[in-house]
Amino acid sequence: MSEELRSAVAAGVLGTEKDYGELLQSIVEVARAIFRAKASSIFLLDEATDELVFEAVAGEGSESLVGRRFPSSTGIAGFVLVSRQPLVIEDVLEDPRFSRETAESTGFVPKGLMAVPLLHEERALGVLEVLDRPSDAHFSLAEMELLGLFANEAAIALDLLQRARRAQGALEGEGDLSVLARIAQKLEERRAEDEDLDAAEFLAALEKVL
Amino acid sequence: MTEEPLPAWSLPTDAVERIALPEAWPGEVTREWAWGGATGAGVRVCILDSGVEPDHPRVGEVQESVAISLDGDEVMVDKKDTAGDLCGHGTACAGVVRSLAPECELASVRVLGAGFTGSGAVLLEGLRWAVEQGYDVINMSLSTTKQKFATLLHELADTAYFRRTMLVASAHNMPVESYPWRFSSVISVGSHEQEDPFAYYYNPSPPVEFFARGVDVEVAWMGGGRLVCTGNSFATPHIAGIVALMLSKHRELTPFQLKSLLYLTATNVGGGT
Repeated sequence: MSEELRSAVAAGVLGTEKDYGELLQSIVEVARAIFRAKASSIFLLDEATDELVFEAVAGEGSESLVGRRFPSSTGIAGFVLVSRQPLVIEDVLEDPRFSRETAESTGFVPKGLMAVPLLHEERALGVLEVLDRPSDAHFSLAEMELLGLFANEAAIALDLLQRARRAQGALEGEGDLSVLARIAQKLEERRAEDEDLDAAEFLAALEKVL
Repeated sequence: MTEEPLPAWSLPTDAVERIALPEAWPGEVTREWAWGGATGAGVRVCILDSGVEPDHPRVGEVQESVAISLDGDEVMVDKKDTAGDLCGHGTACAGVVRSLAPECELASVRVLGAGFTGSGAVLLEGLRWAVEQGYDVINMSLSTTKQKFATLLHELADTAYFRRTMLVASAHNMPVESYPWRFSSVISVGSHEQEDPFAYYYNPSPPVEFFARGVDVEVAWMGGGRLVCTGNSFATPHIAGIVALMLSKHRELTPFQLKSLLYLTATNVGGGT
């Protein structure tokens, strides 16, 4: 079954974009709390435009940043994405040029940041950043491992978000696939409304056709 | 690079002298023998990364700056790349190598900056170009997760190994499959938390073979600046720098011998002596 067909069928039964958005938001909130950081963000790679997009932000800058875009291969987030290597930087203020570029991609000038690629299977989906831990918090390899654990969780959530968006695209589109998607959605709704007798009959008829 | 003919596939008794080592190894290998008094002079180290900022006080002279990009399927090589460093990371790696091997020659091969799309292919072509140039050491603090590049990267890593180019690559500290650090023909490097730049450990449980300084490392950054950074990215150039020292003292060492020498002089093996 093609990816499009799968998306179409899944359209009716997958969680919504909103559900996965909330999951991502919860991940950045927890990451921020665990690391006692000023802010935390998740960026999604938009492959169509080759840009990184703010998908979820906790803490400073959270109001205005979601949806903002910047080129995918410049700056720290870009490097982390392309190189697949996590990076922790302290003393960002030492370099004015770096501070300015970071500010453009974070909404404020952090003193330090941790950035980790979000990898799912062989794909790089985005980047998780944690900004400004307390100044007395010495970084250790144990924290790097913790960051890696969050990154795994965030990568799974991002993958689900992308699937939901593809599914939504199939649902709202035109042509055979969207019809299939709407059928799947209707069946799911009817199941939810306890009218699964009709749905079961319909599925049985489809099975017969197949 | 001195292109020497490979020995025959078999060794007749009367040909044993043909494969005599240029220099005998001592009974006990020490760090003093391995690189004592060495400066990295005469060794060409390539930084395959985001570019290197020219004339950074912590980096000094960069002999060569090249940028690799793709135009469709065509590989573009800009041999006079003037873009410098696009994020600071390459400059940081170059500065670490310079701090350990102050007189080595540094070359920058930039494989980042042209966008995420196609970045795996650019990485592959950048490595291919660097191997063809015959650098003595290639520092690769980056990797790709794309399975389709794994076989080609593996072939390139083996080619480098047989041509006496030591590929030093950052290991991943996340449970993902990425390349080329997992190949046995490269030296893979993870981080330890100590401050000594010459402390490095052999890991008897590969695929990560060595651990070097990678936590709170003061590194060169863009704009002539410096930052304190953590990551395997910065452990890797520590090993690249030490390998450059070894090669400047023992020009003839093969990658196999370099790995052996690193093992014998590792802090947890014979490095205390």
